[in-house]
Amino acid sequence: MQVRFDALVCESTRWTVLLGASGVGKSTLLRVLAGLPVHWRFEGSITTSDGVGLGQRVGMMAQQDLLFPWSTVSENVALGARLRGERVDTDRVLSLIVRVGLADHADKRPGQLSGGQRQRVALARTLMEDRPVVVLDEPFSALDARTRSQMQDLSVELLQGRTVVMVTHDPAEAARLGHRIVLLKPGVAEDIAVPPGLPPRPVDDPDTLALQGRLLKRLREGD
Amino acid sequence: MHTAMALLGSVVFALALWSGVVAVFDLPHFILPGPIKVGEALIDNAGLLAEHASTTFLEVVIGLVLGGVLGAVTALGLAYSKRARGVLKPLLAFTQALPVFALAPILTLWLGYGLWSKVAMAVLIIFFPVMSAFLDGLLRTPAGWLDLAHTLGARERAVLWRIRVPNALPSLAAGLKLAAVYAPIGAVIGEWVGSSSGLGYLMLLASGRAKVDLMFAAMLVLGVMSVTLYLCLGRLIDRVVSRYTD
Repeated sequence: MQVRFDALVCESTRWTVLLGASGVGKSTLLRVLAGLPVHWRFEGSITTSDGVGLGQRVGMMAQQDLLFPWSTVSENVALGARLRGERVDTDRVLSLIVRVGLADHADKRPGQLSGGQRQRVALARTLMEDRPVVVLDEPFSALDARTRSQMQDLSVELLQGRTVVMVTHDPAEAARLGHRIVLLKPGVAEDIAVPPGLPPRPVDDPDTLALQGRLLKRLREGD
Repeated sequence: MHTAMALLGSVVFALALWSGVVAVFDLPHFILPGPIKVGEALIDNAGLLAEHASTTFLEVVIGLVLGGVLGAVTALGLAYSKRARGVLKPLLAFTQALPVFALAPILTLWLGYGLWSKVAMAVLIIFFPVMSAFLDGLLRTPAGWLDLAHTLGARERAVLWRIRVPNALPSLAAGLKLAAVYAPIGAVIGEWVGSSSGLGYLMLLASGRAKVDLMFAAMLVLGVMSVTLYLCLGRLIDRVVSRYTD
């Protein structure tokens, strides 16, 4: 199987959402962007508008929160600096913890938090790195519907100004969050027209709901 | 309270079974002495048993510490270097195919009749379970964590100490608990081969003089000592490890 893109342009400061069923190669694509080893062969090139390679300029958020159970919330947020042996900017850690709404939980361990709170910590850890490009690999798929929609709002707010590439299999999420939506099916990548409003679109916006329906229909085609 | 009752129940059951077997088969005391006879031997020889138990206890504790440290350090080295793993792992597996007990006379020859040949025996027995359990844990770090570390630009050394090691602590704990069970076996085997004190020595001595009740008393003391050690070490380890898991 192969996935072909003639060109996938991810516009700066926008959310590009890649929607597709499991196994279509979405996550592999994100791994390539994040500079992680992949089992597939990647042919092609990645260029950036400022001409500097992506290198270490990509932050990543995955489906699992990947928090360390033995570290506190603030230690988890400061993970990057700790793993690089750099001095930790404690003020910045605390201000990010406040921004994701976990001010009272800074010294708790992940085991004491709910799934939504844990993803907030993961978001703060991603923001801590201050990378211009952020790739999201279905980061909210394990959350319940209410928490998921809240995390979507919070992420759009806090990731403002960054170029986001998100992978999801959830049509509702794609319809809410994409400045641009690319539908991935085996062998093809297709651009889908998005509703007029800016992300995060209201959960009850008729255009968004209609798009969600169309996307699901397209995903089911060819079964 | 429940566990105390259950423990009492199993002790009573064991004693009843023991006396029952002795009574039903009408066994002479030099084949299988009854619980009362062993109890008397236990009380009459309390000082002697305590003295020999302290020797064995010391051997076991030193063996546990040395074997645990040696096993853990080796696992760290093997986790750090893939080349070392390639060279040493088959070799270490081969040493496990050798019956360690056969080495006991050699160890006595090399290290003498004293404490150290028994410590060495205990170390030899517990080294491998500790090393392989810890190494296994070190090498089974969830891929997601390693990916995350990669995107964060982590140093290799930091990945080992801040991710692999804490993640492997429950595995190391399992290895150490196993070691607590094995270490007394190693010490006693060392004592059987050549020594002048320790519970293993006392058992041989008692058996040579047909003091079967004393032999059983020594075995009982050894069993209680091993179980107590296992429980105490297990409790301590669980407390430390619980800080590293959800």
